[in-house]
Amino acid sequence: MAGTAVRGRLTWETATVSSVLDETPSVRTVWLEVPGWPGHRAGQHLDIRLTAEDGYQAERSYSIASAPGEPLEITVERLEDGEVSPYLTQELRAGDQIEVRGPIGGYFVWETAMGGPLLLAAGGSGVVPLRAILRYRIMAGSSVPVRLLYSSRGWADVIYSDELSRPSPGVEVVHTLTRSHPDGWTGYTRRVDAAMLAQVAFRAQERALAYVCGPTNFVEAVAAGLVGLGYPAGRVRTERFGASGQ
Amino acid sequence: MSPISRGFHGRPREAAIADRVPPGQYVTHDFPVLSAGPTPHTALAKWTFSIEGGREPKKWTWQEFQALPAETVTVDIHCVTRWSKLDTTWRGVSLDLLLDFVGYDHAYALAFCDGGYTTNVPVADLTGGKAWVAFGNDGRPLAAEHGGPARLLVPHLYFWKSAKWVRGLRLRDTDQPGFWETYGYNMYGDPWREQRYAGD
Repeated sequence: MAGTAVRGRLTWETATVSSVLDETPSVRTVWLEVPGWPGHRAGQHLDIRLTAEDGYQAERSYSIASAPGEPLEITVERLEDGEVSPYLTQELRAGDQIEVRGPIGGYFVWETAMGGPLLLAAGGSGVVPLRAILRYRIMAGSSVPVRLLYSSRGWADVIYSDELSRPSPGVEVVHTLTRSHPDGWTGYTRRVDAAMLAQVAFRAQERALAYVCGPTNFVEAVAAGLVGLGYPAGRVRTERFGASGQ
Repeated sequence: MSPISRGFHGRPREAAIADRVPPGQYVTHDFPVLSAGPTPHTALAKWTFSIEGGREPKKWTWQEFQALPAETVTVDIHCVTRWSKLDTTWRGVSLDLLLDFVGYDHAYALAFCDGGYTTNVPVADLTGGKAWVAFGNDGRPLAAEHGGPARLLVPHLYFWKSAKWVRGLRLRDTDQPGFWETYGYNMYGDPWREQRYAGD
């Protein structure tokens, strides 16, 4: 795989918020205009820095939600005890300026030349970088088969639900709802386990590339489950979050 | 000059710990997990720790390693993803002691691990009571998701340098980037100089 994702020094740039959209009661998408943004690859993230009036600064990393070539977009989940995410999901509005630098990360990245099939497994807001990969796969006209297995607490917590329900050739989206589900729901209603992976994941012989993103316990379970199905560890890329205080 | 983020106040500043938290970091009480792939599980019977490249290459089995004099240390750790955790307690063997076995004049080391992870650290940062191979955390065996059975512990550098599932060091005359360093992260990784990415 090609190496460096970061060329030269990454400098902080001033971004202007062009619009915001509430995806769920606790998740918001923010579009950012960054003059001179060098472009990004699907799966990368960026850093955000906020500055208070007394000069105090807080920095966090967020996955990029948009595909390469699209306007820069991040999708942020509010953590109730967080410092930055409540600001981004409740206070920030169009016209505001914040600082960003990036793009960052070169391993949890997919490019069309890497082929597939692609197994994407998302827990909660772990869907964000996988959505960038999925959009890129569709926009690039790639025919690589994709399956997205997406675990959410309830239907109201599903991010990008409209977009993900739009049919696209070669793309399958499988939801599991772990806490509550609508009347008449016929899909999975439990946490991802080995039996679910055996049903949903490509078979090991199909040499799929897997990208797994979500909270630690989700990623541990899915990554171990895929290795158990015969996926080589080197074909399973993970990105985890699990810290409080974001 | 950074623009003021309208309406952003941040958390109350904790003056008591401010001098222990590097720039851009926040204190967490959790112990988050970050790694690039599945967690490897190596049986202790198959585990070894090697130091390659010295005048006398050396390899310890788990039993031999456990027979070495271990230390308990309490240190602050800083992850490049911005969490810092204060007063973490570890049990492990000092790299000073391990390196004394092999005889070397190399300036750099590349740590290698189960799962294929690597990271580069100058030898000067592994000696002088600054680094350990740790197999215990908080009075318990180190959990697999946190790098058990054993990980490098180099707390004065960003925590990706404290390689999980470590199996040895390769001593080198030149500084070769490891896994994250190849993907744009800093070759050295000093949290106090906020050396997160290449060029920082």
